[in-house]
Amino acid sequence: MSQMPEMKIKNQNSKNPCLPAGRKITNQKSKIISNKKIKDNYFEIIVDALEIASSAYPGQFVNIRVAEGFEPLLRRPLSIHRVDGGRVILLYEALGKGTQILSQRKKGEYLDIIGPLGNGFRIANREPRLPAGEAGTTILVAGGMGTAPLIFLAEKLAEIKNQKSNIKNLVLIGAKSKNHILCEKEFKELGCEVKIATDDGSRGFKGYVSDLLIKTLSTVNCQLLTIYACGPAPMLKEIGHISQKYNIPAQVSLEAHMACGIGACMGCVIKTQNSKLKTQNDNAKLKMKNEFEYKRVCKEGPVFDASEVIW
Amino acid sequence: MKADLKTKIGKLKLSNPVMVGSGTFGYGEEFKDFIDLRKLGAIVTKTITLHPRRGNPAPRTCEAPAGMLNSIGLDNPGIEKFIQEKLPFLKKTGVPIIVSIASEGDPEEFVTLARHLDKVEGVSAIELNISCPNITPHATRQKPKAKSLQPAACSQLIAQDSKSTYEVVNRVRRVTQKTLIAKLSPNVTDIAEIALAAQSAGSDGVSLINTISAMSIDIETRRPKIRMAVGGLSGPAIRPVAVRMVWEVYQKVKIPIIGMGGIIDAPSALEFIIAGASVVAVGTANFINPGVTLEIIDGIKKYLSKNKIKDIKTLIGSLKL
Repeated sequence: MSQMPEMKIKNQNSKNPCLPAGRKITNQKSKIISNKKIKDNYFEIIVDALEIASSAYPGQFVNIRVAEGFEPLLRRPLSIHRVDGGRVILLYEALGKGTQILSQRKKGEYLDIIGPLGNGFRIANREPRLPAGEAGTTILVAGGMGTAPLIFLAEKLAEIKNQKSNIKNLVLIGAKSKNHILCEKEFKELGCEVKIATDDGSRGFKGYVSDLLIKTLSTVNCQLLTIYACGPAPMLKEIGHISQKYNIPAQVSLEAHMACGIGACMGCVIKTQNSKLKTQNDNAKLKMKNEFEYKRVCKEGPVFDASEVIW
Repeated sequence: MKADLKTKIGKLKLSNPVMVGSGTFGYGEEFKDFIDLRKLGAIVTKTITLHPRRGNPAPRTCEAPAGMLNSIGLDNPGIEKFIQEKLPFLKKTGVPIIVSIASEGDPEEFVTLARHLDKVEGVSAIELNISCPNITPHATRQKPKAKSLQPAACSQLIAQDSKSTYEVVNRVRRVTQKTLIAKLSPNVTDIAEIALAAQSAGSDGVSLINTISAMSIDIETRRPKIRMAVGGLSGPAIRPVAVRMVWEVYQKVKIPIIGMGGIIDAPSALEFIIAGASVVAVGTANFINPGVTLEIIDGIKKYLSKNKIKDIKTLIGSLKL
């Protein structure tokens, strides 16, 4: 998730090495340190939110009440772009009613924020796939606003890279045009190799970032570890297909309309493979082929294994 | 002066009149990071059915002016899993647990569920969700047995028919000693008539209102904003309708009313109490402010103290005309 028409999301948990011990969800009034336009319709807001900042990990999100009163009534989920000490930094596009109101909020005002929420990216399973001494590449695919949570992830990956220098982090950024490319410099500063795709061809590869991914896969000559992706649903669906075809595990951060963001309302579900499939024998699998289960983007997600999502 | 906030529904004693609306509070655990659950008057679970139920396709919710639409479709793990996996946590809170139940088409399932729950320790009361607007009431799959309950007429909810309401409540009443609450639908001509049917069938209380049948359209795609097209409207938008219905029911029935519909703060909760509700339930507001229930309890206390009211019972139905 990065931001849906008004929100965004991601997932996964169990034994996440990124997960700080005793992580806690809090609802806090957070002082706005700054809220400014980055480019086009993209904004960056920085808030003082120590408790959220200290327990967040990449791929998680916060749920924001952009204004008091009934318009809009519901909170807006935004993925965590970065944390800096006790500050939480969010990147968003002022697209709908909620994010437009958010973009008007001023420095010094207080914002009602719940977080960190959901299951973010798991970065544990990269290691076992890489025998000692071999080189490997991790690919991050960012489509539009989907760039937001991938910076936080790239920071964590960079830490690992420092310990294991044979891992390369490659970032593919997709944008409408050269004026819409987000965070290119930041990724480079984190030691990532960056490739660009634009819809209009004004910069880099002309076309979808998923097509750039296919093109890139044919040229990478070391072992591919994991694809991490966030962006519009059609892009993630395409990444899911690519992951299956090339047999590279992919984690995708999904978005959905949410009401509560904390797993209570069951509103933000997506279709996933029945989890029992993994433990059943072939006969049972056959029987359950047409079965699926709904999972909550806010609770089990927003980051899911691409292989479990029914697109 | 400390006001008395205690209230009762049937045999069920509540330490204060603030509980939660079914489906808006999960199974309690989702809110443990935000509030001290032990301070609630009661917790009402998300509706449970006999079998696990996946619920409706997404999108299941959308925003509306001062409200939201939902069509979740009773997504729940089923009674067995509920008892094994959800109830133990709820019991630990020590507050009364009201289990909301529904049938998936055959009203006989209400009887089966209630009979089952009657023996379960830790279940304080049963709320009959006979008014969920988001499941298609369809005919019983098997041929109905001679004595079994008949589903309400096609595309009608049980709570839209006083005879069906009477029959379901009456049958359930015969299999359980636990406190019984019928949850009523606002999508009717005369809600007091349905409430009377529930009362005469032996219901200990009535809760109202469930969501209002509603629709919202995306004009660019010309598609409904939620997948099932029609869903249930909740939130502050429906509050005046709900207050009116509580008032109408209060004038006709003797059993306690659990009032709900767009309560977001103490003043809105007090409106319901003055209209005749003995207890109030907070629903959609939990999504926006997970700590809202306790804020409402505090606000009610302050109001009583300010107005020198010693016992909240004297405020119930105290509307001046």
